[in-house]
Amino acid sequence: MDLQALAGCLASTSCAVTQASTGLIVGMLLFLVASGLSLIFGVLGVINFAHGAFYMLGAYFAFTAYAVTGSFALAIAAGALGVAVFGMVFERLFMSRVYGRDILMQLLVCYAFILILDDAVRTIWGAEYRMMGMPDAFALPPVEIAGGFIPGYYLFMIGTSFAVAVLLWLGINKTRFGKVVRAAAINPQMVAALGTNTTALYAGVFGVGSLLAGMAGALAAPIRTLTPGMGLSILIESFIVTVIGGMGSIVGAFIAAVLIGFTRSFGSIGFPLFVDGLMFGMMALVLVVKPSGLLGRPAT
Amino acid sequence: MAHVTDGLHRRGVLKGAAAGTAAALAGFPHIAGAQAKVIRIGMPTILSGRVAILGTSSRAAAQLAIKQFNEAGGAGGRTVELVDRDSKGRPDEAAKVTRDLINNDGCEVIIDAEASSGSFAVQEVIRDLPVLCVHTCSETSSLTADPKIHVKTAFRCARQGIHDAVAGGKYASGISKTKGLKRWMTCSPDYAYGRDNTAEFMEFAKKFDPAIEVVDQVWPKLFAPDYTENLTKILQVKPQAIYSALWGGDLVTFIEQGNLYRLFSNFDFFSGGLGDGPVLTAIKQLPPGMNTAYRYNRFYPDKPGNLAFAEAYNKLTNQEPTNWAWQNSLACQFIFEALKRTGGKTDGAALAAELKGMKVQSPFAVEDAITMRDTDHTIIGYPVAWGRTVTKLPYVEGFSPVAWSEIIEFETQWKASKGYV
Repeated sequence: MDLQALAGCLASTSCAVTQASTGLIVGMLLFLVASGLSLIFGVLGVINFAHGAFYMLGAYFAFTAYAVTGSFALAIAAGALGVAVFGMVFERLFMSRVYGRDILMQLLVCYAFILILDDAVRTIWGAEYRMMGMPDAFALPPVEIAGGFIPGYYLFMIGTSFAVAVLLWLGINKTRFGKVVRAAAINPQMVAALGTNTTALYAGVFGVGSLLAGMAGALAAPIRTLTPGMGLSILIESFIVTVIGGMGSIVGAFIAAVLIGFTRSFGSIGFPLFVDGLMFGMMALVLVVKPSGLLGRPAT
Repeated sequence: MAHVTDGLHRRGVLKGAAAGTAAALAGFPHIAGAQAKVIRIGMPTILSGRVAILGTSSRAAAQLAIKQFNEAGGAGGRTVELVDRDSKGRPDEAAKVTRDLINNDGCEVIIDAEASSGSFAVQEVIRDLPVLCVHTCSETSSLTADPKIHVKTAFRCARQGIHDAVAGGKYASGISKTKGLKRWMTCSPDYAYGRDNTAEFMEFAKKFDPAIEVVDQVWPKLFAPDYTENLTKILQVKPQAIYSALWGGDLVTFIEQGNLYRLFSNFDFFSGGLGDGPVLTAIKQLPPGMNTAYRYNRFYPDKPGNLAFAEAYNKLTNQEPTNWAWQNSLACQFIFEALKRTGGKTDGAALAAELKGMKVQSPFAVEDAITMRDTDHTIIGYPVAWGRTVTKLPYVEGFSPVAWSEIIEFETQWKASKGYV
């Protein structure tokens, strides 16, 4: 524990800016994955344990699209849309059969797909790690803000994730589709009775959730090595985010993701050997004090 | 009890004789003869997960060596076949597959291409089933240095931490004295190898240059997907030099993410794991001037045999050889030489007797030969040089070797300090 270093960092503008940007970088990527997880749970009532594998697929789709086209925009589109389509097919063929079933059954189906997707990636792209590389447009010196340094790509990543968060919030709270989704989350039978095709709605929601995971993978591809099984670590942190933020709450996921990001960045200065402990401690505290999470609906 | 045993023995003999007769009539002798002719070498290794390259490159190098050996006629009229098994990086699985390879698959020799944790498990299996075993990937010094772990039929054909620490410390101290690099920081993975390797490197760097001070250390998790928090910590501490024991994909991610901050132009970087071909080529923007230990290089040692190995390996795998590749290739060379000397007999004790103190002419040797030291069953005379990165092939050049006499001198002192001698 080095509280003196933490205090020194908070007192220094350059350190505070750099560490805050680090928190946002870590947090925004986590938000994209966790918000998809949360959205799917909120509406469909299932926990998609294969969500980390979708993040991995997004990264590999982007890797291939970038290698073929050289366009980073197409790479992100391929990662996000490719996984969205895959997610919808996965929902229709497999997940829809375990709705309302025991959670162990859902876990088994998802776990089987984690293994299948890991092996498929190993077969198609190989067992060795891959690196997509930074697009030329972002191969720039870091931007200096108040003495702190933030790489251009990270600014893009934070901006894109923030824009997605705003769009998601607007989509759910200010559109007719959002109203139907929210209504289906509360009373799907009534929504179906009113003439909404809930089968298509469920597939659509699962697709949007998968799209978010795929986009996170695509955005991570230039800065992280791609390996089969790379989705596991982000899945664990995403669960922490959804538990803290409240299962089913997009705003809660956003707040929790930023909180986890800041815990990682400032924690590495003040508590370098206890960063993971801090994260899990925070989760335990939320579970004890408010088991439904910061903004989650209490179980009825 | 003795009576029962005798009875069973007699029945067993009668059954065996009957089965043998039946097999002869059915035409099995041809197959049995063929099986006996082939020596099966078992290879427990890691073929899945994030460090699968350790296993895939070990296997490829062994297959290449075996192919060449068989084409040359084998030993005592016997050829060799490789049987590999995936341990998935789990020590318990490594022990299990090693037992299976010996007991069920009929392997007469084991090439243990496991990471350190698996190698210690395999060592204990070999203690019970004394076939010849050559460890080809574990760099943990105690595996062969600690007499309590010693097994008569087990050898190591791999670089080891203490040799690298002496060579690295000597090399780093030379640069630190010249440039006045006093403030050092480390960034290594948080597990046994990362911590031990870093401690040994810094111990010897400070021994050779007492002005060196370690001002901070960060320990990211093994296989961490993101190093931003560690990189920004480095930005805050502003060291003059950094040592890192990160390796493989973790090192690639660390360097690529560090590039975003233009970090590596601010200090001297020393890495024990950067010199592997697949790592160097995976980094899209390899910063020039980084210091790295030799892992493998087709132009160092500058010998035709080394270049031929690299080209043959590249043809087979479409990749540059790794550190594990040359170590497995060399292990095969040692085993084949021992088999030739025993006339193809695979008795563990007989092969071990041949391997003790054996010298082989190798394209990987610093001078002419690499020796399997008889006292502790480990190799000496292999390259332990350090060089600097360049952005194009060969990616590392200017190798600066350290005399083996000096390495052995400090290794002996280290062994004494640990109570090993």
